[in-house]
Amino acid sequence: MVKINGNPEDVAGMTLLAYLQREGYTLDRLAVECNEQIVPKNDYGNQLLADGDVLEIVSFVGGG
Amino acid sequence: MAVETIPSRESIQEALELRHTKAVQERISAACVAVCGLGGLGSNVAIALARCGIGGLHLIDFDRVDLTNLNRQQYPIAGLDRPKPEALRDELCRFNPYLDVRTDFVKLDEENIPALLKDDLYICEAFDRAEQKAMLTNCVLTVFPEKYLVGASGMAGYGDSGSIRTRRILPHYYLCGDGVSTLEKNGGLMAPRVMLCAAHQANKILELIIKGE
Repeated sequence: MVKINGNPEDVAGMTLLAYLQREGYTLDRLAVECNEQIVPKNDYGNQLLADGDVLEIVSFVGGG
Repeated sequence: MAVETIPSRESIQEALELRHTKAVQERISAACVAVCGLGGLGSNVAIALARCGIGGLHLIDFDRVDLTNLNRQQYPIAGLDRPKPEALRDELCRFNPYLDVRTDFVKLDEENIPALLKDDLYICEAFDRAEQKAMLTNCVLTVFPEKYLVGASGMAGYGDSGSIRTRRILPHYYLCGDGVSTLEKNGGLMAPRVMLCAAHQANKILELIIKGE
């Protein structure tokens, strides 16, 4: 199981990019943290989600 | 009768220490904060920190003051058409004349962020557009993992004050706002809710300065 924004999800083995696309995220409005580290944008395609990973996906909305 | 002479640096410092205690004020007065984006969030964050007697502010924006800004941004009529960094600096100096202000009238991007933000330990993300927020956040957290970043997302509309909150995303990254309110769904940006979110940002920055993580 991978914990994503607090919820356990059965997505181990997927790449981060495949998961984000499946969930319909807008990629240029995101910041993704995995196990308390920022994931650089260029690594989304080769970062494999693994059992026990804890992810926080911040999806920004406009306004300021 | 109006005061015509500007109080000395020492007397202003003494007044701040009287309000905040000497130990706390020494930490605030030694800190420098970069404010990236000087709209509804950034102008209010800068005013809150300048009122606290922050040591230095680095004010960064590429925009000029527009009439549609005045519903929530801390600029006067006399500031219209002026670059926001210098217009805000002048407002801050009206009550904190010895504040050390650095201004950059420039649009931040992945190319210039490493050089422009290298001297600022505390960084406030106060942009308007979601893509810009994401760009700055990714860039700062990747290039400067040792710095502290306090950002914002979701503060459009009115009401529901309690849903604006501060979340710890990483040990050095905090995000304020409700996370979901948008201009499309919740109506425009209005002073009270934008100021609430800005106050969350300024309050977290102050806490990091005084207490550390």
